[in-house]
Amino acid sequence: MAATETFVGTPVLRKEDPDLITGQASFVDNQTMPGMVWMYVVRTPFAHAKLNAVDVGPARSMPGVIAAYTAVDLAGDFGGPLPFVWPITEDIKVPTHQALTSDKVRYLGDGVAVVLAETRVQAKDAAEAVTYDCDPLPAVTDMEEAMKDEVLIHEDLGTNVTVHWSHGGAGDQSVFDTAPVIVQERYHQPRLIPNAIEPRGCLAFGIPAQGEFTLVSATQIPHIVKVTLSGTCNIPEQKLRIIAPDVGGGFGSKLNVYAEEALALVLARKTKRPVKWVEERSENYLATIHGRGVTHDCTIAASEDGKILGMKFVEIADMGAYYQLLTPGIPELGGWVYMGPYDPQAYWYEFRGVLTNATPTDAYRGAGRPEATYVVERMLDALARRVGKDPADVRRMNLHPPHAEAVTSLMGLQVDSANYEPTFDRALELVGYEQWRKEQASRRDAGDLRQIGIGISSYIEMCGLAPSNILGALRYAAGGWDGATIECLPTGKVILKTGTSPHGQGHETSWAQVVADGLGVTPDDVEVLHGDTAITPLGMDTYGSRSVAVGATAIHFAMEKVRAKARTIAAHELEVSEDDVEWSDGAFRVKGAPEKAKTVPEVAFSAWHAHALPEGVEPHLNATAVWDPPNFTWPGGTHICVSEVDTETGKVDILQYVAVDDCGNVINPQIVDGQVHGGVAQGIAEALYEEALYDQSGNLMTSTMQNYLIPSAAEIPPLTLDRTVTPSTTNPLGVKGIGEAGTIAAPPAVVNSVIDALSHLGVTDVGKPASPERVWRAIQQARAEGPPGGPSSSRSVAAPVSEGGAA
Amino acid sequence: MTHVSVSVNGAPREAEVEPRQLLVYFLRETLGLTGTNVGCDTSSCGSCTVLLDGESVKSCTLLAVQADGREVTTIEGFTPEDGLHPLQEAFHRNHGLQCGYCTPGMIMAAASYLKENPSPTEEEVRESLEGNLCRCTGYQNIVKSILDAAGTMAGAKA
Repeated sequence: MAATETFVGTPVLRKEDPDLITGQASFVDNQTMPGMVWMYVVRTPFAHAKLNAVDVGPARSMPGVIAAYTAVDLAGDFGGPLPFVWPITEDIKVPTHQALTSDKVRYLGDGVAVVLAETRVQAKDAAEAVTYDCDPLPAVTDMEEAMKDEVLIHEDLGTNVTVHWSHGGAGDQSVFDTAPVIVQERYHQPRLIPNAIEPRGCLAFGIPAQGEFTLVSATQIPHIVKVTLSGTCNIPEQKLRIIAPDVGGGFGSKLNVYAEEALALVLARKTKRPVKWVEERSENYLATIHGRGVTHDCTIAASEDGKILGMKFVEIADMGAYYQLLTPGIPELGGWVYMGPYDPQAYWYEFRGVLTNATPTDAYRGAGRPEATYVVERMLDALARRVGKDPADVRRMNLHPPHAEAVTSLMGLQVDSANYEPTFDRALELVGYEQWRKEQASRRDAGDLRQIGIGISSYIEMCGLAPSNILGALRYAAGGWDGATIECLPTGKVILKTGTSPHGQGHETSWAQVVADGLGVTPDDVEVLHGDTAITPLGMDTYGSRSVAVGATAIHFAMEKVRAKARTIAAHELEVSEDDVEWSDGAFRVKGAPEKAKTVPEVAFSAWHAHALPEGVEPHLNATAVWDPPNFTWPGGTHICVSEVDTETGKVDILQYVAVDDCGNVINPQIVDGQVHGGVAQGIAEALYEEALYDQSGNLMTSTMQNYLIPSAAEIPPLTLDRTVTPSTTNPLGVKGIGEAGTIAAPPAVVNSVIDALSHLGVTDVGKPASPERVWRAIQQARAEGPPGGPSSSRSVAAPVSEGGAA
Repeated sequence: MTHVSVSVNGAPREAEVEPRQLLVYFLRETLGLTGTNVGCDTSSCGSCTVLLDGESVKSCTLLAVQADGREVTTIEGFTPEDGLHPLQEAFHRNHGLQCGYCTPGMIMAAASYLKENPSPTEEEVRESLEGNLCRCTGYQNIVKSILDAAGTMAGAKA
């Protein structure tokens, strides 16, 4: 008897692709309904202004206009403000955030009115007819200026510094004063704009007489949208359905609940018409969340030979004008990985969140962990320069020892499993580390205008969000479980309903592989349903590299339940006791007589017609499981970037990029590689190109894709990938998650490579992004200050931040 | 309103359009061909790339009236009646898409480029895609897909 083919671990081609490659996708902007009207949100050109009056009268008489409303007009339509679900400390100050503002404009994305019209163009035309009376106020977009509280974003809070969170420290804090080597640096990471290529959009409709409403939204989190907007829009939760159709990328920007979703719902109720809204890209830059926007004061305490004794990071984080869904929780999420894959004896992390007249920040791919990894890995290089060692040697001597089982780390959480050194060694081998060091030395000796730099980044992540009890302890409002339902159909096919909500990650394929192996069918036999709260009510959605570790594990347990029931029925039909039945080669077989067998499809048919089921067994072969993980998962890895820097122009070319990741067991290697490719490209973009810049009046200067520099295929180098496998002990699949690894690892690898290329000139910082202008200025400044005088001079050649930025 | 007559995917289409209507909205909203996506408002992202008289253009850079009397091919018309174009097959085989939003534009841009240069190097493919942005794939498998398709298409011709 031939073994049944298995699919987990193989590059099954994606089930998602056929509609996407032929133009038949269900993206929200492709959906239309009879009677549908278009919504346009009116925003002002002010980053900060007192709002005296808004007049929508002129808009109401424009062609095609159905209605136009101000915040005052809609005051009775909402049940509450926009949701914010992570009040991370007891004394956090929470700004009030309404769908439309009525008293003040606090950033360029603040809506002051909304217009509905028959067509997209009519709505936009009419929006331009809305007038408002504003008194502009001084705007503040610089965190340190905002901390002075000379300009208050929310007067009722009394301060812009609305939250202070401290890890509280671990280990002997005296090392930060007494260690033989103390390295201190300050690093700034600018705001980034996530730029999912599909803009946000939504379509709200319902049966007003029944009070039932549906919101189709380009969201990562239909389940969380349902729970939260039920309150905001005053729609009983059982009457509200959220559908995430095909969603064109998210990267955290669609892990949120936005004003426009709430407005579309209440206006569908108010006007009894389907209401559609689709964001323009320039609107996306203003009104969809930004990421990063943080400054860290960093300290590493070490021995003379570079052994790390303590790691300390004090951060200020730009919250923007309001909290969106999670805003102050993002730095906190990073707060657990500031020890990296290393083994310090003392740990300290704290941050302050600061309001500014800028777009709210929130989760952007990696969410706190890239910010942490960037400063940790920059500090490792700074330490190596200080003690005069190769950065690879300093990292290796400080790596945490391997452990196959979970251990409690210094920062207080359990790391599930780790084996960093083989991953690290593989990356060095794959890149040809020694060879590049020789090339670097020879170019330095020759005084070559184009210098070589090698940048290393070793990271750990905290993924698989999250154990609900820990989320509760961290004051997050929801749990971190996920659900799965498996329905075995009488024709032998299978329906899987997952609580994850993919938007490019290929869950339909990977989850079908898991089910196929578990039930002895093929991935084509399995239809994966997701992203509709009426069909898959049990879910917590997709973000934080959680889907495989939590969502797929829920599938595993649902499958176990299906198999337990199927085994009972199979034993009954085979006329043996259950103990005499075993699962092998994709079927239940009688021990010692494997030709006597029942497949799951056969059992599913029996369970459906239910003619002769064993006593007490319900008809139909199906099961639901909800899984709450006992721990996070902790992927890790090492990325190495080799750059060539033109010392005359400051231009950086990446010659080689190697990523060796350990995400535990892998379900579909082609999809996992794709996640790393995309993540690394975003990380390279962060390191070299992207930066959201405001002027002193709070205008976003990088306001379109023409001046916010998203790299194309011509700027992103070919990437070389490999993996090591240290299975997770948190879940039975041994999986850890891979969605964010590239974005976490790449920025410091690239920036370290640029500095490494120039360190012999005395350059110790170039800033981020390492644009040609910044690199060139850093070279000029280092040259002006003379060559480095020895290891102790490795501090404080800070790169100046240019005024006027990327444009 | 202005009368336009455009051959779209081989069929004559006529409509009265506002003179300011962009070609992409003529395709999406007037004709209901939603395979062509809109990703920006500055002709930067290339999601709306279609073929105009056989050559790739960003359909947000043209007015519908500028397409009057010309031939437009969108992803819907590019897809053969029976199966897939080698480029579509290659994108599927090489995991050249994740969310798929940029994909129709990428495929149309690649189709136009391969007509111009049927056997490009990897670097040439990367240069040719400068006007098309993808946020998911890091471009690695898009480039791989296009090189793979070039091989298939050359083999079919030989």
